[in-house]
Amino acid sequence: MADLKESPSQTAGPYVHIGCVPTFAGLEDMFDGTDLGARMITGDPEGDRITLTLKVIDGAGEPLTDAMIEIWQPGPGGGFGPTDGFSNWGRQPTAADTGNAVFETLMPGAPKGQAPHMFVWIAARGINLALMTRIYFPDQDNSADPVFTLAGDRASTLVATPVERGFTHVIHLQGEKETVFFDV
Amino acid sequence: MTKLIASRDLDWHPPPLAPDYRSSRLRSPQSARLHYDPTATEMTGPTFGHSMLGDLDGDLILNYAQAGQAAIGPRIIVHGKLVDEDGRPVPGKLIELWQANAGGRYRHKKDGYAAPLDPNFGGCGRCISGEDGSYSFRTVQPGPYPWPNGGNDWRPAHIHFSVFGDGFAQRLITQMYFEGDPHIALCPIVQAIPSAKAIDTLVARLDMDTTIPMDIRAYRFDIVLRGRSQTLFENQTEGL
Repeated sequence: MADLKESPSQTAGPYVHIGCVPTFAGLEDMFDGTDLGARMITGDPEGDRITLTLKVIDGAGEPLTDAMIEIWQPGPGGGFGPTDGFSNWGRQPTAADTGNAVFETLMPGAPKGQAPHMFVWIAARGINLALMTRIYFPDQDNSADPVFTLAGDRASTLVATPVERGFTHVIHLQGEKETVFFDV
Repeated sequence: MTKLIASRDLDWHPPPLAPDYRSSRLRSPQSARLHYDPTATEMTGPTFGHSMLGDLDGDLILNYAQAGQAAIGPRIIVHGKLVDEDGRPVPGKLIELWQANAGGRYRHKKDGYAAPLDPNFGGCGRCISGEDGSYSFRTVQPGPYPWPNGGNDWRPAHIHFSVFGDGFAQRLITQMYFEGDPHIALCPIVQAIPSAKAIDTLVARLDMDTTIPMDIRAYRFDIVLRGRSQTLFENQTEGL
């Protein structure tokens, strides 16, 4: 066994888009003009289509407009394996004006032993190690989910809000409504 | 209990709040992160195939350049191995990088630094690690640049890396620095990392063995992802 340590993290900085979502940075023609992870629904998959709109709020109450958010979620059947016409992974920048990151996706199923959820990974200027959190859904039985219950009386910060054709979810970095973040 | 990916040593990484790095003040969660061992969710992650790559995706000298032209700046190879903490190569993983040009200017709507854009330099590249974990890019050495942090702050020359692993728990973004750069010791972002030993692992070394005479110098930078747990249980995709 080699005795190595994980490379220490550094912030993604304000220009993360150049490397990860280059069209958003203004490099329209890079990599054939397609940002990886931009489309989760790539065909006509079975499942309930939802629009998930995320926003990240800083300690001054302002939305982050330079962040990058990735989500990783089970498919409608609860698995993480390939599904025709669907990618379990999505990646979006938070918009420069509203701070919204919008994912067109499918309602996740329940992996074995867990409630339906999405894993959320946030990288941005000022964030030294990308933040990990989860999103759960209000109309599901989350009471037996081991991660949801770990969050205890702060678990409500993980629950998305239903809107027409989908959900919104606000992630608070600080303050009374600070979202639960995980060390996974 | 299942635990396929070793726990992260949070004390090795920069803390959420590093006051000298001003942007962290309003963006650092104040409650401790709650720990759980990776579930099926975090032990899996997206996969990427070589077929999605274009021929020049890993060549920043040419991938934004007009035909017959090339990016301006010191020509360098940046290469190394993607391994885990157990020293195992991590093959087939997407590595993305981005950087300023040789003058220290990013091709980004929000960067207004006085140094000019290079019309032949975009500043991003990507590749997929080989069977032995190896990766290689061609680029130009980025310049240092000033940034708004309340004082006379200049970033050391650096290249940003985004790396995927076997599972999302291994996902990592970091920065590579260059051996001998005096700005490393002065930079609040670098110095947010608690130990000099950890910082040193982000400093690429001049590699004369890979340097091509009369053509291009090489820098070596190995990237380490979280290792596997010592104990492997059979029911490896059960919840917690």
